[in-house]
Amino acid sequence: MHLSADDWSAIRLTLELASIVTVLLLIIGTPIAWWLARSRSRLRGVVGAIVSLPIVLPPTVLGFYLLVLMGPQGAIGRFTDAVGLGRLPFTFTGLVVASILYSLPFVVQPVQNAFMAMGDRPLEVAATLRASPLRTFFTVALPLARPGFITAAILGFAHTVGEFGVVLMIGGNIPDKTRVISMQIYNHVEALEYGQAHGLAALLLGFSFVVLLALYTVGGARNTLGAGR
Amino acid sequence: MSGVHVACRLPLADFVLEADLTLPGRGVTALFGPSGSGKTTLLRCVAGLARGVGRVEINGECWQDDARSFFLPTHRRALGYVFQEASLFAHLSVRANLEFGLKRIAPVERRVGWDAALELLGIGHLLERGTEALSGGERQRVAIARALLTSPRLLLMDEPLAALDARRKHEILPYLERLHDELAIPVLYVSHSPDEVARLADHLVLLEQGQVLASAPTGEVLTRLDLPLARDEEAAVRVDARVLSHDEAYQLTCLGFAGGLIQVTRKALAVGAAARIKIQARDVSIALAGDRRSSIVNRLPARIVGFGEAAHPAQCLVSLDVAGTPLLARITRLSRDQLGLVEGMMVVAQIKSVALLG
Repeated sequence: MHLSADDWSAIRLTLELASIVTVLLLIIGTPIAWWLARSRSRLRGVVGAIVSLPIVLPPTVLGFYLLVLMGPQGAIGRFTDAVGLGRLPFTFTGLVVASILYSLPFVVQPVQNAFMAMGDRPLEVAATLRASPLRTFFTVALPLARPGFITAAILGFAHTVGEFGVVLMIGGNIPDKTRVISMQIYNHVEALEYGQAHGLAALLLGFSFVVLLALYTVGGARNTLGAGR
Repeated sequence: MSGVHVACRLPLADFVLEADLTLPGRGVTALFGPSGSGKTTLLRCVAGLARGVGRVEINGECWQDDARSFFLPTHRRALGYVFQEASLFAHLSVRANLEFGLKRIAPVERRVGWDAALELLGIGHLLERGTEALSGGERQRVAIARALLTSPRLLLMDEPLAALDARRKHEILPYLERLHDELAIPVLYVSHSPDEVARLADHLVLLEQGQVLASAPTGEVLTRLDLPLARDEEAAVRVDARVLSHDEAYQLTCLGFAGGLIQVTRKALAVGAAARIKIQARDVSIALAGDRRSSIVNRLPARIVGFGEAAHPAQCLVSLDVAGTPLLARITRLSRDQLGLVEGMMVVAQIKSVALLG
């Protein structure tokens, strides 16, 4: 199996994208998961549904709306223009933003489940031991939710590695910028380079299997895969 | 103002919890009542874990006063809370669990020392273990030590023995009794076990359907015939006594209490040591004064204070006064009538058996 320079570039770009997205998702997703797990607000259902949308939505639909929003007439596009960031479509930054939305439920749900599973008790205990709510969050809630975070990180990373539709819609196919592995496979197939496509596809297949194997043997993923609660 | 003052109102699913209590500023106060009577909720209100409306003041320190919109969140109340089930942090070792609260207490405010707490609860050998490796009784002892190490001004205990089997209970009760003897802070202790109450509580609050039926010294509440406690199969009174002497020939130990002397089988206690004893209503019978012959050793002159209904219609309860110490006897109504017992009459209380507590 021989991988070309372009293939390697796509692999490097994909790993870079997935790493950045995973880190950002853990930062963004944790407060959302906490709120969804603990809030008694009536908005909880609505927010939960919105966060979970990417699970059922065709990626092309998500990508299409993002393209519109990020474009010159879109709200996001006008905002990024105004603050001097330029336009996001067909840039790596745009891919990061889109991937965050696309993989959000895969990070939020395992963390939310972990927060819900621990219940109120550990938090109450911490309060009776003089820990402020913020301190309790960092010294009790986060450590107790660790298995949820591990699952979330693995799923978020893997799901981002495997995305295609959203990239196709807003990222295009620009080498070294937005051409990720799934795009590269598509290119090979279009050019009838089945051998090349096979190399990358097998790589993704193996990667996906190893990820799921890790999740199911380490545990914690029992009901987190695509569980639209 | 010294003492514990708790006024609390909180509508619950089936009833309104309503309490206005002034409790002793030290010693153990038991919150007693059937399941679902609001005991735990009242405790949670005191802790600030449930949001009742009212006032909470602990020996002059105000934690809550809704009249002036003052409410301290739980983490700013100097309390220790022991939950019903093991509540140790699973991600921390025993030592880290104990340090969790301790490290948030400024050294000058620490009144319970590390070594003292470990010794009091006998957990020194468990420090480096994970919490999973502990037995139920050990976990609860660690939880109690963890609460004590925050040097609380009030210790709240929510049925700390309920989740334990009988053997574990007996393993942990002596520690609670030592706690009672050595701590100078008030303890609120939720329980639905008359036995635990008799052993541990100085003051007793009786709750039913969120209402306070009684709040008085334990001996008084236990013998009040209008309250459900006296009607319980295990109804008993607790008597604080002291070891007076040992009779080696007959292998008996003589205990003295406010109402007289009681002899029990030889106990390994030093002369002068405190001994808390429990006398169950079913172990007390009544004889008319005069006849001195009986196989029962402990015969105390008593005055009949009143009669009450027992759980079974064949029986009745007699509340007795033994020179100031209240005692409860359960006899048949037939005996009552045959002996012609009436209120105010002087009789002999015959005590068949006495249980030494702790």
